[in-house]
Amino acid sequence: MIAVNGTPNALVQPGSTVRAMLDLLGVDTDARGVAVAVDAEVVPRPEWPSFVLADEARVEVLTAVQGG
Amino acid sequence: MEPMTQTATDPLVIGSRSYRSRLLLGTGGFGRLEALTEAIGASGTQLVTVALRRVDAAQRGSLVDVLDAAGVELLPNTAGCFTARDAVLTAKLAREAFSTDLIKLEVIGDERTLLPDAVELVAAAEELVAAGFTVLPYTTDDPVLARRLEDSGCAAIMPLGSPIGSGMGILNPYNIGLIVEQATVPVVLDAGVGTTSDAALAMELGCDAVLCASAISRAQDPVAMALAIRAGVEGGRLAYGAGRIPRRRYAEASTPDAGLPDFGS
Repeated sequence: MIAVNGTPNALVQPGSTVRAMLDLLGVDTDARGVAVAVDAEVVPRPEWPSFVLADEARVEVLTAVQGG
Repeated sequence: MEPMTQTATDPLVIGSRSYRSRLLLGTGGFGRLEALTEAIGASGTQLVTVALRRVDAAQRGSLVDVLDAAGVELLPNTAGCFTARDAVLTAKLAREAFSTDLIKLEVIGDERTLLPDAVELVAAAEELVAAGFTVLPYTTDDPVLARRLEDSGCAAIMPLGSPIGSGMGILNPYNIGLIVEQATVPVVLDAGVGTTSDAALAMELGCDAVLCASAISRAQDPVAMALAIRAGVEGGRLAYGAGRIPRRRYAEASTPDAGLPDFGS
């Protein structure tokens, strides 16, 4: 199963794209301040529509918060 | 008058960027985004920190939109990272998220004091400089470590006055002075400021700027404290340029002895 932000997520199917996953999560993909890592590698924004998630992928979806 | 004017108006230059304000604001600790906006206005800052965390569906309001509307530039941080590997990955994600090469590099070595891990910090700085980042490392007040960071290509050095959020001010002004003396890149006093006098002291010691978060965001009146610390930064900068008198052990009369009347005994 694919893990999103530390939690296994059955809704995100292997073979789906990063973009599809973000839509499923309700993340505004046009908004600045969002970044995605898969298996500890950055997935650049232009690759979101084509980057395919493998089974057991560990995905981090990050956004801007106050801090520092 | 010219030196004073020059010191008061010369810009803070970090890499290829130039700022009128010498106060950097941390955005942590503000309860409402409206309070953050008001403090940004009062502080006069042009550069504010942001962090990256996992998306939260319940999150209300866009921080980036608010900061864009305030007209400030973003300085993403790597807060919460304990290894060079995590800090480098976080910096790369921040570059993606915010379209900036600026990074406030934090690699923490101790949970209780949040003091930096010098070894991991230098390793991360070298890797990020090589990857084209403009690196601003949060570091201890160790002048040797500061030199190592500068040698590795960092665009500024950001030594702590005292631990993050402690409000203890500048515990080792001597070391901060040494760092300023040797640095050829800007020195930004980062962490430890509790109130105006701490910020003023940093600037009097020759720091080029002050980064302040908790002292403003957690003050009872953040807007008033933003104004106060801004005044401290500006006053301290002026005093640094003005050239203070040397300290002396005994008094030196400011009124001449010549012409002193004799009233008898």
